[in-house]
Amino acid sequence: MVAIPEGSVGGYGSHDDHDEKPGFFARWFYSTNHKDIGTLYLIFGIISGLIGGYLSFMMRMELGEPGIQYFATGHDYNVFASMHGLIMIFFMVMPAVIGGFGNWFVPIMIGAPDMAFPRMNNLSFWLLPVALICLLISFFVPGSASGNGFGGGWVMYPPLSTSGAPGPAFDFIIIGLLAAGFSSIFGAINFITTILNMRAPGMTMHKMPLFAWSVLVTAFLLLLALPVLAAALFMLFTDRIDGGTGFFDPAMGGDPEMFQHLFWFFGHPEVYIMILPAFGIVSHVVSTFSKKPIFGYLGMAYAMVAIGVVGFVVWAHHMYTVGMDVDLKAYFLAATLVIAVPTGVKIFSWLATMWGGSIRFTIPMQWALAFIFLFVVGGVTGVVLANAGVDVALHDTYYVVAHFHYVLSMGAVFGIFCGFYYWFGKMSGYLYNKWLAAAHFWLFFIGVNVIFFPQHFLGLNGMPRRYVDYPEEFAFWNSVSTAGAGITLLGTAFFFIMLIEAFIVRRPAGENYWGEGATTLEWTLPSPPPFHIFNTLPRIEDNDDGH
Amino acid sequence: MRLKRLILASSTALFASAMPALANKPTDRGIWLQEPATELMDQLIWLHDFVSWIILGIVLFVMVLMAYIMIRFREKANPVPSKTTHHVGLEVAWTIVPIVILLIMVVPSMRLLYFQDALPETEMTIKATGNTWNWEYTYPGQPDLDSYISNPLDKEQAKFVETYLAEKSVPEASEFGEPYLLTTDAPLVVPVDTKVKVLITSSNNLHSFTVPAFGIKMDAVPGRINETWFEAYKTGTFYGQCSELCGINHYYMPIEVRVVPKAEYAKWIAGGGGSHKEDALAAYADFKKNKTAALNGGLTIAAQK
Repeated sequence: MVAIPEGSVGGYGSHDDHDEKPGFFARWFYSTNHKDIGTLYLIFGIISGLIGGYLSFMMRMELGEPGIQYFATGHDYNVFASMHGLIMIFFMVMPAVIGGFGNWFVPIMIGAPDMAFPRMNNLSFWLLPVALICLLISFFVPGSASGNGFGGGWVMYPPLSTSGAPGPAFDFIIIGLLAAGFSSIFGAINFITTILNMRAPGMTMHKMPLFAWSVLVTAFLLLLALPVLAAALFMLFTDRIDGGTGFFDPAMGGDPEMFQHLFWFFGHPEVYIMILPAFGIVSHVVSTFSKKPIFGYLGMAYAMVAIGVVGFVVWAHHMYTVGMDVDLKAYFLAATLVIAVPTGVKIFSWLATMWGGSIRFTIPMQWALAFIFLFVVGGVTGVVLANAGVDVALHDTYYVVAHFHYVLSMGAVFGIFCGFYYWFGKMSGYLYNKWLAAAHFWLFFIGVNVIFFPQHFLGLNGMPRRYVDYPEEFAFWNSVSTAGAGITLLGTAFFFIMLIEAFIVRRPAGENYWGEGATTLEWTLPSPPPFHIFNTLPRIEDNDDGH
Repeated sequence: MRLKRLILASSTALFASAMPALANKPTDRGIWLQEPATELMDQLIWLHDFVSWIILGIVLFVMVLMAYIMIRFREKANPVPSKTTHHVGLEVAWTIVPIVILLIMVVPSMRLLYFQDALPETEMTIKATGNTWNWEYTYPGQPDLDSYISNPLDKEQAKFVETYLAEKSVPEASEFGEPYLLTTDAPLVVPVDTKVKVLITSSNNLHSFTVPAFGIKMDAVPGRINETWFEAYKTGTFYGQCSELCGINHYYMPIEVRVVPKAEYAKWIAGGGGSHKEDALAAYADFKKNKTAALNGGLTIAAQK
């Protein structure tokens, strides 16, 4: 997509002589460099992923057989389930795709020396550890009469989050999520400003790499959705004060369903916030390893815009059973089905990109192919759930759990690993061991499918979500699902072995270790790129061989 | 209609054959929806199976296409990549075709939605109130009938009651025994072939009143009265579980519904309601008391020594 003038390639990265070398503390704690902040975000995402993964593994252990084995009460289980959701969404997926890869590669891809507001970037990152610490504290302080921690689900519906959780545990969650929310809003402002104003000469919007497009759309979603969450959380906060407000309290003329509308007005765009950057990453990987430019570039970019826009007007499909008017449900049914169209455009454009290509099955390409397939599986069950009539049988059952884990745990997370293996050499300067990476991929791929595919069966058969114990009839598929968790755990172990091995052996990565198909600007820089890049801005030639 | 029957028959053949036995409750190793007991659920299953066939087709299509691409266009087989990045016809096609598929889907989907949601003239009303953590049932049309609480049976109770009902061959006993986490001490009793309106509300947290075999699920929201309806076309015992997170015992507030012949229902109403498990539970209470007494007696003797 981007043409580099002959002979000038070395110029962008050739400032190593004057390269700044800040000390350790200044570099990692005062950091204003987009690449270092990106690295911090990725490390943070990995740590949160371990915490969130531990919580889910304990839940799967508990559900391995009927009866209550590992948890003291249903409350403790609910706390684990609630925190698993919050931590994975706000502290693993979002920091990794937006903060991590977004910070690292958006400026490079558009030919900018750094983000527009480097100090705000630092603030964005450092709000997150504060937020995570608040959430972790909430585990250990009283939540309700039932015990420590907050067990009201990641959706935090009142009255369970107001009168149902009087203790400080939920206050810590509100503070933590507000901090995380502000972090994301600052990040969104930073990305929008950077992308709109700091593109290199010649890099028009319609020449911009798709990952930058995906982050731009995501940033707008964040900017419009998160303030609504912040408002809803703040209303919960004042509702919780003795003699406070009664926004969601029917005894004071409020309505608990109002919170659900506010929450899902944020919550539905939020799922696209998590998946859109993964779309961007997968586009680059598919194009690189097919040695072909992306098929239907404009369609791909505007499909993401369309998904973002429509994503804001479908929120109440999460609420088909709350007792809404039937005409309202009919609208949300129709609007939700519409999303399948731009999503289909993306899937078929990826396939068309591969068509006629010269495909190399590298590790990132394997993750990308798995992403496409699993996202289709998760997407079509979304079409089933969109039908309000059918959703009555499936709402709040394991079918929904299976659906959103197929699009998030196997969509967003596969996108993250796809990007991680694609750019690992670029970020660290080292190449990974292919066999360890392959073991990670295959164990993970098999593991997550074994976990989540049987959950469709459980949901159809009627097993509700958020149950610490279940009737014996559900035992078989639950035991299969728990076995899958073991396989996934093993896969995760290989990820860390791969990381450790790569940093011990230190096989140096070249400038463009993927060769021919890798055409975006990051492949014109050394691996890892110098501290300061593009001191001379690259010029993007005005030609049309890209698309 | 023929298409409808074909789809239903084929999906039943495929999926039901993989299951041990369909029942109006969760089945061991079950992989599909529970057996229906209302027209509502019949139609829901039909639409679900219809949509499932479509999505299965889509997934298979993508799978085969991907497999073909991965073999045909692998580096070895196709060393020189093409440079095609546009094809207006294709791009229009993969926008239009999904729209057509969705339009085909949306028509029956809307029909089901309005069938579910537009309440018919109902013949009687019951009210279900979600508490932490049990259900309370009221019969507003029967002022003489007290409202009653339906509590879950714990594991030991369920076992005891099941044995008791079988030994005394109580005619009302459920054919499924007393499945733990599904069974209660006092089921909701409704007549067969009757359009029943269900009013649903909550006294504190959110809950959700669910009976999968009837195809109903409606949230219980404090300060609000939601309504839904069903008309069971067969008698028997049906089970549901609370389906909106409501705290520590969310998993432990099942819904048990007994659909009885109209005459039996009239008799039940005339008799002032009550649960067929009352005797069994009284016997269980005695059994517990004796056991405790025996234990205490033993302790007293031990203390005197």
